Amino acid sequence: MAGSTDSAPPRSEPIAAVPVRHPGRWVAAAVLLVLAAMVVHSLLTNPAWQWSVVGDYLFSGRVLGGLLVTAELTVLAMLIGVVGGVLIAVMRLSNNPIVSGVAWFYAWFFRGTPVLVQIIFWSFIGFLYPYLSLGIPFGPEFIFFDSNKLIPLFMGAVLGLGLNEAAYMSEIVRAGILSVDTGQTEAAEALGMTRTKIMTRIVLPQAMRVIIPPTGNETISMLKTTSLVAVVAGGDLFTEVQLIYGGNYKQIPLLVVASLWYLLFTSVLSVGQYYIERRYSRGTSVQAGGNVR
Amino acid sequence: MSVIEISGLHKAFGPLQVLRGIDLSVERGDVVCVIGPSGSGKSTLLRCVNLLEQPDSGTILVGGTELTDPDVDIDLARRKLGMVFQGFNLFSHLSVLDNLTIAQRKVLRRSGSEAVETARRNLAKVGLAGKESAVPSQLSGGQQQRAAIARALSMNPEVMLFDEPTSALDPELVGDVLGVMRQLADEGMTMIVVTHEMQFAREVADRVLFMDGGVVVEQGPAEQVIGDPQEERTRTFLARVLNPLK
Repeated sequence: MAGSTDSAPPRSEPIAAVPVRHPGRWVAAAVLLVLAAMVVHSLLTNPAWQWSVVGDYLFSGRVLGGLLVTAELTVLAMLIGVVGGVLIAVMRLSNNPIVSGVAWFYAWFFRGTPVLVQIIFWSFIGFLYPYLSLGIPFGPEFIFFDSNKLIPLFMGAVLGLGLNEAAYMSEIVRAGILSVDTGQTEAAEALGMTRTKIMTRIVLPQAMRVIIPPTGNETISMLKTTSLVAVVAGGDLFTEVQLIYGGNYKQIPLLVVASLWYLLFTSVLSVGQYYIERRYSRGTSVQAGGNVR
Repeated sequence: MSVIEISGLHKAFGPLQVLRGIDLSVERGDVVCVIGPSGSGKSTLLRCVNLLEQPDSGTILVGGTELTDPDVDIDLARRKLGMVFQGFNLFSHLSVLDNLTIAQRKVLRRSGSEAVETARRNLAKVGLAGKESAVPSQLSGGQQQRAAIARALSMNPEVMLFDEPTSALDPELVGDVLGVMRQLADEGMTMIVVTHEMQFAREVADRVLFMDGGVVVEQGPAEQVIGDPQEERTRTFLARVLNPLK
């Protein structure tokens, strides 16, 4: 520059742009590829996997029947969980100390005991209370039920899973309700809307955006948790594969069969969750209230 | 008879006495502006009028109904009162039209077509015709606040309560909202307006209340309270508000 006689600033040669090199990435990728190749190799060559047995049972009637029960258990348990969770959450937020206390106790109890214990407990409720009746405590009874008829094994499993789920869902719903700005409730109150209408028409629809994503996670988790009902011979996918390998001692291939189905179902649920989340985040973009200082 | 008759109103938040004995009566068609420093209790006073805050003692008569009477159906009484908030509080999950119709249908049990007709009329009145299907987040602050005013009007209230309706707005949007409010006042709507807009108070209000420390320090016609305040506290406040740089 010092020797330049031009009035225009001296133009240096354009630099050949070279991307920053990441040798570490190449090494890591190579190591992982080799490891993956080893896994695939062992899956294909280790005869103990017995892939032909996997193929034999993957679409067998018993496995598909168990799959149906697993799907039913998941749907029913989540139904109880979501409806019960909303109820418990609304009770928990009540100003009545008895009502909110009961809701607190419910969540405390069902979150504090293992779901496996609850499944067994509800399945054998008939031993504890052979007859259930509705009536006044220490007074007359109006309706009688035979517990074993009212709560068969399958319903016991559903209750165990669903009541437990309701406790967790109540916390999710409560967080969703609390995420809605109190101004929304005030505006609805000022318009003369009743508490019930405010909750169902104003607060809960807005809470959905916060409630939906963790509910998707809970559903995926529930699908796998249903496998616990195998301990009471609940007839689900896992019960069936256990019964099958109990007879033919081909544990590994049958566990593979169950895992493949669980993976497929959770994948389908994940895709569904993506679309539901996208739908419920509409109209709540970041520019909402952008003019509020 | 007065539309609103408040006497001996007290309200405390914990140890903090926010209202210490407020008396106020508002006649039909009156426009009352409440001014005063922040923390003076003016918003709390307004929120007590429709029981968004529960007063500790005192009486609030709205159209002859004693609101603090536990036997009174507060939802019924609130129908006489339209409320406009500082933060607009439009229902963010509903379109503008649904914001205006939901309470008409769910509270007043109006038919869908009647509710829509009322909503469209009020949207046109606040200059938002054509915005029926927009969601609140697509509107500017000034448009949201005018939609909120239209929502309150759609319930055919006897009295409109405004809680600092322009305080959350960008300065250039304030005029539209004040214009709608002035139009309402000209039509004879009974209004209580908590505001920092001194020019609006001076031009539109029949009566101005200056509050400080939970009491009404001074009240009277706008030109008197704002133009020629008698109390020292009023003078100090107005001097700060009207000439903030001095």
